[in-house]
Amino acid sequence: MATTRFLEWCGRLYIWLLLAFLYLPIIIMALMSFNVSPFYQLPFEWTTEWYASLWQNDQLISATWNSIKIAIISTIIATVLGSAASLALYRHEFRGKKVLQALLFPPIAIPWLITGTAMLIFFFGVGIGRGLFAILLGHVALALPYVIVVVSARLQTFAPELEEAARSLGANQWQVTSRVTLPWIMPGVIAGGLFAFAVSFDQFVVSYFLSTPGQTTLPVEIYAAIRKGFTPEINAVSTIIIVVSMALMLLTARFFKFGGEK
Amino acid sequence: MAGQVATGSRSGLRSALPLLLPAYLWLTVAIFLPLSAMVFFSFMTELPLSGKAWSFTLDNYATFFSQGLYWTLLLASLRLGLEVTLWCVVIGYPAAYVLAKVLRGRSREAIFLLVILPFWSNGLVRIFSWAMVLREGGILDTALNAVLPFKINIDLMYSYPAVIIGLVHSYVPYMVLTCYLTLQAIDDSLIEAGRSLGASRLQMLKRVIIPLSMPGLVAGAALIFVPVVGSFMEPRILGGRTGTFYGTVIEDQFVAVFNWPLGAALSFILLAVVLVILALASPVLRRAA
Repeated sequence: MATTRFLEWCGRLYIWLLLAFLYLPIIIMALMSFNVSPFYQLPFEWTTEWYASLWQNDQLISATWNSIKIAIISTIIATVLGSAASLALYRHEFRGKKVLQALLFPPIAIPWLITGTAMLIFFFGVGIGRGLFAILLGHVALALPYVIVVVSARLQTFAPELEEAARSLGANQWQVTSRVTLPWIMPGVIAGGLFAFAVSFDQFVVSYFLSTPGQTTLPVEIYAAIRKGFTPEINAVSTIIIVVSMALMLLTARFFKFGGEK
Repeated sequence: MAGQVATGSRSGLRSALPLLLPAYLWLTVAIFLPLSAMVFFSFMTELPLSGKAWSFTLDNYATFFSQGLYWTLLLASLRLGLEVTLWCVVIGYPAAYVLAKVLRGRSREAIFLLVILPFWSNGLVRIFSWAMVLREGGILDTALNAVLPFKINIDLMYSYPAVIIGLVHSYVPYMVLTCYLTLQAIDDSLIEAGRSLGASRLQMLKRVIIPLSMPGLVAGAALIFVPVVGSFMEPRILGGRTGTFYGTVIEDQFVAVFNWPLGAALSFILLAVVLVILALASPVLRRAA
């Protein structure tokens, strides 16, 4: 049994090495955003100068607002439309249902490069063009499948007899939905909404092809800045983004168990 | 299309339609029509919007097949996808195994969350963070030179290994996630039974554990391979001049060269490749479902 113990010990060590690999670059980036030297030179000297200068950067600020606004609006639209669609798929049997469910996977599986360029071509062709509205259209579409999949998974745990019971007690369709079904699937709806927010707020590729110089989102602005040359300001704003999106994900995990654990 | 398919039980569809329609209409406008438009555009000589005369042509596809450059780049991207996927298996599978079979209870839950957490943070920013680690005079360089007695120069930035490292970092959580799900489903008593019948650890791994977790491996591989073949931001940032791949060429057609019809044809060829890969992976995945 000594070997088993030794192997388990190796396994634990390995996991910590993997976590180091995953987190070290992020931690280093965060540390460097508080370092005086703009060329990331050591020794480390503490400063919040770069965060202060973020406030002076109007381009970044306006891109940040765009990102937040678009993420909130697409979250609301995708959550409402997606939850409605999940309910319909759950309640009704009809031919072609399998096809509709299968149609949710191309948006998830096709690389964003392809989806993004396709949207650019089509939106240009029909006169929508580029800009914030086009980005919003795209983000909602990218988030919808995630919402439907997550809410449908929650609906799997719902007993249809509950709806039957409410109906036989005289509740109408709206009452059944709002008082019985919705409260039950709420954790799924919230998780789906947080997914949608993450998909939109972190989205780079599709936004990149759909943005114009004035109408752009934060990741696109950061990409442009990186290609011009690194500055500690990008570190600072990147650190803020990573903290926000990780906090958001921890929140999601509270509402929605990953990994199929009981 | 839905209308045709659903004639069989119209009542079910009719009552489902009001709830169903908005979401699927949106997907149609923003995903399915654009993908169709891309196919259409890829057969054109010019953008019909620019006012210039246009006609249908096969030239864009002829360009792909006649110019060795695009072939070479597609192969380079496929190779990149393969290498990144293999590294993710090598790094991710053992981690998934430890998570599923060694760790227990709360520590397993916490570490699992830690592994998949970065995956949901911004990919662009994570790639950028590697730039700081890998460049000459960067953290890795400074740290190693501080520890080692001799002077070494680590300048991985703007190289093929840098692209690999960045991509593996981005995608390895996928592999851990999918393998963990299938490994967790393997009954522990099955492993105990095999062991008590005298199977060595290696035999158990080869004959029982790996075959049973195959769906997770295949799902993870597909989820990693497909986006890596279409990646362009990671090679741009970490690869510099060596980072020209199929994805970066498509990006160029749309944002730099403005040859949209050629870009559409290149995108469509990539889509075809992606669909073939997903089709190849789907029997294994369906067997698992």
